[in-house]
Amino acid sequence: MRRLAAAALAYLITLAARLVTAARAVWAGVPPLPEQRIYFANHRSNGDFVLIWTMLPPALRARSRPVAGADYWLGSALRRFVIRDVFDAVLVDRSGRAPKGAAIVAMLAALDAGRSLILFPEGTRNAGEAPLLPFRPGLYHLAAARPEIPLVPVWIENLNRVMPKGEVVPVPLICTVVFGEALQLEPGEERDAFLARAAAALAATREAECGP
Amino acid sequence: MTGWDRHLLLLSLGTLVLLVLFTAVGQVLRARLGEGPMVANFNTRVKAWWGMAALLALAFMAGRSGVVLLFAACSFAALREFVTLTRFRRADHWAMVTAFFVVFPLHYYLVWIDWYGLYAIFIPVYGFLFLPIIAVLRSDTSDFLARIAETQWALMLCVFCLSHVPALLYLRIPGYEGGNVLLIAFLVVVVQFSDVMQYVWGKLLGRRRIAPGLSPSKTVEGFLGGVATATLAGAGLWWMTPFTVLQAGGLALVITLMGFLGGLVMSAIKRDRGVKDWGHLIPGHGGFIDRLDSVIFAAPIFFHLVRYWWSTA
Repeated sequence: MRRLAAAALAYLITLAARLVTAARAVWAGVPPLPEQRIYFANHRSNGDFVLIWTMLPPALRARSRPVAGADYWLGSALRRFVIRDVFDAVLVDRSGRAPKGAAIVAMLAALDAGRSLILFPEGTRNAGEAPLLPFRPGLYHLAAARPEIPLVPVWIENLNRVMPKGEVVPVPLICTVVFGEALQLEPGEERDAFLARAAAALAATREAECGP
Repeated sequence: MTGWDRHLLLLSLGTLVLLVLFTAVGQVLRARLGEGPMVANFNTRVKAWWGMAALLALAFMAGRSGVVLLFAACSFAALREFVTLTRFRRADHWAMVTAFFVVFPLHYYLVWIDWYGLYAIFIPVYGFLFLPIIAVLRSDTSDFLARIAETQWALMLCVFCLSHVPALLYLRIPGYEGGNVLLIAFLVVVVQFSDVMQYVWGKLLGRRRIAPGLSPSKTVEGFLGGVATATLAGAGLWWMTPFTVLQAGGLALVITLMGFLGGLVMSAIKRDRGVKDWGHLIPGHGGFIDRLDSVIFAAPIFFHLVRYWWSTA
């Protein structure tokens, strides 16, 4: 019953996301194959992971778990149901009260179970003019712990204009989700150099498809 | 079955024959030349033509409301493609919400209830004045003129101009009662035939580019050949219109010229925004605006000419 409700809700969510955004996936750097990956994307809207999740073909979607903030998603029974049963998300505590490194441990557990991850290395929603905020170190820790898993940059274009922070009615613009060329941590690569390279790869993914 | 129904049936059969022919040509090309990009594109285009013809036929069968609904759907798709390419900012959010969820449906409602006096000025005057007012309330002045101009252009092209196609249904032409749907068929057939023939003549004979800065694929030969063929075809369709052969040819000439020039204007906008196609929803053709750009520019002029010289109201 619960599973049926989750499947129905998942269908409705993807349908709504497609209707509002007429979204299109561009597999520019990697093919849509169900291999284990860490998708990392720019973060401007609450709908970001929903859109990426919608754009993944079913086989890839079943394998992927978005990473989301526990504070918001555990706030009500409906949200709890949606985030756990529909999206099967990895919930992380952003309040600072959890022990240091707990979030990485939870993500590594998901990876070790063979799942892919969808995460937003900026850590918070970008509401400014700059295309990207500086990356948090979490992505580096994951790459250092599991260097064999490819990291796929995902650029979400336009969703922030569909529904900017604080608005309630969406403007039905066309969104594009671009999957860029995968990267991996080089042997001996420093944290800051790696994070800069990952951010540059995400920016390049955008420029290849959406112009400067 | 009235005389007009028979005409419509005849036209549908003609379209069907053409589509079958093109499909056959596509299959022969594939068998002869293999699945190259050019052949594949031709075949996806033909497939999309089948879909478009079927939708139009379905709308014609459903009558006035069906046709208004179909073009409202086209307007919505076109509007979202256009707005996606504009530089609108957070401050325009409510102006955009108003454009999509108030102005657009209200305009089509006015067309549907045939209130010409109001829908003829609703977007050109009321949209023109009130959308900038909504935008200015957020007091973000950067690119302000460009932003409000883009909003107005989006609504004028994608909603106002395009809605003149279904508006043709409401013209009262003495002796042509019940035949208006054929005016839409005439307009759409001439415009689309002109687009196809410009492409065909351009591929066959095209040498000199007509507007190299705007569109690398448009040639003088394609333009002349396309306009001449589509004008002749329009004249040949006089039997389903209230026009004489000469009048039908003259109107077809105006339609094809407006369509061509409209295509140039829309190419210039695409160039400016740095894209090749307006969208991706019609396989092989690009977006809705890529297919509708000529209709958008031809429809209001055709509507006004017919309204002024043939209609009683």
